Amino acid sequence: MITVENLHKSFGESHILKGVSTTFESGKTNLIIGQSGSGKTVFLKSLLGLFTPEQGTIYYNNQPYSQMTADERIELRQKMGMVFQGSALFDSMTVEENVMFPLKMFTNQSRSEMQDRVDFVLKRVNLVDAHNKLPAEISGGMQKRVAIARAIANKPKYLFCDEPNSGLDPKTAIVIDNLIHEITNEYNITTVINTHDMNSVMEIGEKIVFLSKGLKEWEGSNKEIFKTDNEAVTDFVYSSELFKKVRQMYIEERD
Amino acid sequence: MKYLHAIGSYFLMIGNVFYKPTKWSITKNLILKEVEDLIYGSLGIVIFISFFIGGVVAIQTALNIDNPLIPKYLVGFATRQSVILEFGPTFTSIIMAGKMGSYITSSIGTMRVTEQIDALEVMGINPLNYLVLPKIVALMLYPFMVATSMFLGILGGWAASVYGGYTNSADFIQGVQSNLIPFHITYAFIKTIVFAFILATIPSYHGYYMKGGALEVGKASTTSFVWTSIVIILLNYFITQLLLG
Repeated sequence: MITVENLHKSFGESHILKGVSTTFESGKTNLIIGQSGSGKTVFLKSLLGLFTPEQGTIYYNNQPYSQMTADERIELRQKMGMVFQGSALFDSMTVEENVMFPLKMFTNQSRSEMQDRVDFVLKRVNLVDAHNKLPAEISGGMQKRVAIARAIANKPKYLFCDEPNSGLDPKTAIVIDNLIHEITNEYNITTVINTHDMNSVMEIGEKIVFLSKGLKEWEGSNKEIFKTDNEAVTDFVYSSELFKKVRQMYIEERD
Repeated sequence: MKYLHAIGSYFLMIGNVFYKPTKWSITKNLILKEVEDLIYGSLGIVIFISFFIGGVVAIQTALNIDNPLIPKYLVGFATRQSVILEFGPTFTSIIMAGKMGSYITSSIGTMRVTEQIDALEVMGINPLNYLVLPKIVALMLYPFMVATSMFLGILGGWAASVYGGYTNSADFIQGVQSNLIPFHITYAFIKTIVFAFILATIPSYHGYYMKGGALEVGKASTTSFVWTSIVIILLNYFITQLLLG
């Protein structure tokens, strides 16, 4: 579980996060949504410890990150998996080497144990024939799957994803969404996803945090987002005609 | 102020390179890869340039000796002195600032742009130790490259002198062997070690702290080459003044 209390972050004169508080529970797919410039990426990178907030506290399983020692922080980071927007695969390594990387770094497993784990996670993300390919030789969707496999290889407790669907076709995007959702439930991981994709919001958003201008404007589940009257949320989520019609149908059905 | 900030950041980076070391089994492989990329991969150009520059130095010296009282062995002597004192360590390092330096800056810069460095950091790995330390260790083999450059420079000088008809082989070899001060070799290799450290760290600094996209990677490589060359030339002056002045 991750608890965020009154998080503030500025860059020079611009105050990006203005006191965000929320809780992300384990075993749930938590989504952060909001317009470009709303502070989603800064929020996610603050959770990862890549940015140091000026004010506020982040608790990992009730332990404040700011009070952890350097060794405790290293230990915590080894329990984190991250899927970057551009996948961030090491381009000089093959798919297999990328997935094996955290195992080589942080475990004392034998080569055969590591190989078994790599085979297992690659199979789990439906990639069985790409072991020896370089990231540049596979498609964007496959790269995302390799990034997920690398993120879960060392059995993380926390999984962070920055725009995991960006640049993917709708069908692959759904496959990636479902995969993250299944893995979250299966391994009881605390998953936090930063997304613009409304399909993801509707499909896997067990907890949604809507950020606007550095503030938490709304939070709830994908079921509750249909019912909300918060204008900022409805303007953002139902900005397309299709979603407007879907919502209208839902309201009419409800009434 | 901007330059002071950059100098401060550079020294902080050096400190962080040695903090939180990566597992030896991983570092060992990274060092071997860097030896292949940086040292072995640069040998061809060093061999080519050294041989021909050595030849040119010998020809220029021979052409400028028109006084019959000056002995012919001076061609070999001047070639040896030029190659050992300056061409081998300094000129090769300037060339390597372009070859190795731009490779280091662009490879680390690309990792920055594509969030691979963030990925290392999120995993709890010290990216500076992972990326820069193997380069520093690999470049401790740089003196071998410079020694090769010195040997081939003198060999090029001998070939140009003898086959160009400027002097005979015996005179050239006599020149190469005469009045050798062993400390000059020590001085040359002290410089080489210092330059090796500069070649590994300044381009790494420019790649690691670059901001922006693909275009900025190119700009960072150019800036890195300029600053690596400037620092090498300044240090060359100070080391020479300190050790030979």
